[in-house]
Amino acid sequence: MTAPLLDIQNLVKHYPGRPPVRAVDGVSLTIAPGETLGLVGESGSGKSTVGRTILRLQEPTAGRVLFDGEDVFALATAPLRALRRRMQIVFQDPYSSLNPRMTVARTLREPLEIHRLAPPAQMDARVTALLEEVGLDPAFAARYPHELSGGQRQRVGIARALSVEPRFIVCDEPVSALDVSVQAQVLNLLADLQQKRRLTYLFIAHDLAVVRHIADQVAVMYLGRIVERAPAAAIYSAPRHPYTRALLSAVPEPNPRATRARIVLSGDIPSPAHPPAGCPFHPRCPHPKKNERCRTEAPALRVTGESPAHLAACHFAEEPM
Amino acid sequence: MTEPLLRVRDLKTYFVTEHGRGTARAVDGVSFELYPGETLGIVGESGCGKTVTSLSILRLIPEPPGHIRPGSVIEFEGRNLLALAPPDLRAIRGNQIAMIFQEPMTSLNPVFTIGDQIAEAAIIHQHLSRKAARARAVEMLTLVGIPDPAERVDQYPHQLSGGMRQRVMIAMALVCHPKVLIADEPTTALDVTIQAQILELLGRLQEELGMAVMLITHDLGVVAGQADRVVVMYAGQVVETAPTTALFDRPLHPYTEGLMAAVPRIDVRKSRLQAIPGQVPAATAWPSGCRFHPRCPHAWTKCTIEEPPLLGDGDHTARCWLVQEPARRKGGGTA
Repeated sequence: MTAPLLDIQNLVKHYPGRPPVRAVDGVSLTIAPGETLGLVGESGSGKSTVGRTILRLQEPTAGRVLFDGEDVFALATAPLRALRRRMQIVFQDPYSSLNPRMTVARTLREPLEIHRLAPPAQMDARVTALLEEVGLDPAFAARYPHELSGGQRQRVGIARALSVEPRFIVCDEPVSALDVSVQAQVLNLLADLQQKRRLTYLFIAHDLAVVRHIADQVAVMYLGRIVERAPAAAIYSAPRHPYTRALLSAVPEPNPRATRARIVLSGDIPSPAHPPAGCPFHPRCPHPKKNERCRTEAPALRVTGESPAHLAACHFAEEPM
Repeated sequence: MTEPLLRVRDLKTYFVTEHGRGTARAVDGVSFELYPGETLGIVGESGCGKTVTSLSILRLIPEPPGHIRPGSVIEFEGRNLLALAPPDLRAIRGNQIAMIFQEPMTSLNPVFTIGDQIAEAAIIHQHLSRKAARARAVEMLTLVGIPDPAERVDQYPHQLSGGMRQRVMIAMALVCHPKVLIADEPTTALDVTIQAQILELLGRLQEELGMAVMLITHDLGVVAGQADRVVVMYAGQVVETAPTTALFDRPLHPYTEGLMAAVPRIDVRKSRLQAIPGQVPAATAWPSGCRFHPRCPHAWTKCTIEEPPLLGDGDHTARCWLVQEPARRKGGGTA
């Protein structure tokens, strides 16, 4: 097996408060080069915090992240800047992540200048090439963000991430603000770019159907922890954690004859400032075997079944629901 | 056949754009009916006019910059809402026709308790006393599945979760037992497990209270699970209308077809999603002929010049020349 490009070890991010908000509470994940890990969860699960912390857009509370063997959290400012060339991020809302006073050309030139990636004479050619690569007419270089549609803005956001020729991109809900027809365009673009440039993605999303089409591996988060992780095919065909099962069954299917039984969870997602004791999912868990152990003992993420790649954090992951 | 409860005829809602440079024809000749007890899904992407249609029905369009064009008709139980004097309109709005919005936080008043906000409509429309209205508020909170309703009634919106706030919105809308509930993207801002709760709640309440629901959404999955009939909108117009199963079995309009193909499915992995090329055009400059023709894989010369009417038989119609000339469809297709 090839060494992972990204190795997240026991990542913790708590925000100060009384009590502290345990946004990420011991997350370990690896991503192999050229693969996409889909990180799925609902609001407050901590999925975006994971993405931002591994890029050090936020400082971690504890844990270690190795990128291509390099300890990201131990880097001083200068080597960190060099690393940022290799790790990029695409945000959910391209409108608030693009500077409204900068033309598309300036937005794309800025990272090239900061990292000294092109001599001034070649800047225009680089900008043109980037725009073409993300499927935009080079004439867009002169426009401002407000003159673009949501899909076009997201393409600019992707071009900006690509400009420094990264190996790894955190895609943080990159299509959730887009209309369905445009969402498909952007997902296809991300898949094409990955193939062409051998990119590795951490794809953060709340939409399990979207993740199915892009991810090789899937990890499901709930209240700051990974509750299940497996190859994508296994998660969708044989989910093991009761939360994953409920999440999958809750996705509305565009088929009026769908017969799938829907598991409707009761209650709300608890606050990460007050995570329940034991298994964090136990107050909402519909598993028939749920018992005292779930209320007191937090289940470890463990192999559940034939495949060593399929992990779930549930005392009763092997039992039918 | 039963009479429709609500009949929208040739609705045109236009907006004068900034600096008065143009007119956005946001809703441009929309017609449909809503029958008692049914759920009608109105589907479309941003800018198709679905929300402006629903706001027009309640006459909540800010004028200026908006205006509903003469000739538009919105009939509720035989009365044209567009011709009603303000007091008569107010007697219907929030009473017989109620609405819930996408964003419960911005639709609730942060400085009043949820009980006061639910009771308000009952006091105004049904002339209940404060005490009776408060009791009604508790009753409504129970109906929408809020735990400890007697305590919750005195809480403020910020003390509730997003799902609970949407339940409060539903309680507010239903307090006068409306005949029509307009739900504009009621679950879009919610997490998927909470969305499932709210959709289940809406389905149950509709059955119990027998109201008609106009469900506005961009999500074909939500429509498939909730609606009896569907109206698909594109570029300010109705482009297809059909019973839900017929629409999904045999979409007639290439836009509907494209939308269905573009949705990522949870049950199958496609190596590539089928995107609709291009962008939704601007409401200030709809394309000539069929408004979908620049993005349509089947379009021919006629489509660029002549605007098709809604074609087809009975309850399944589409605004597409292919209905008359199916041989023009490229690559087999579904029809």
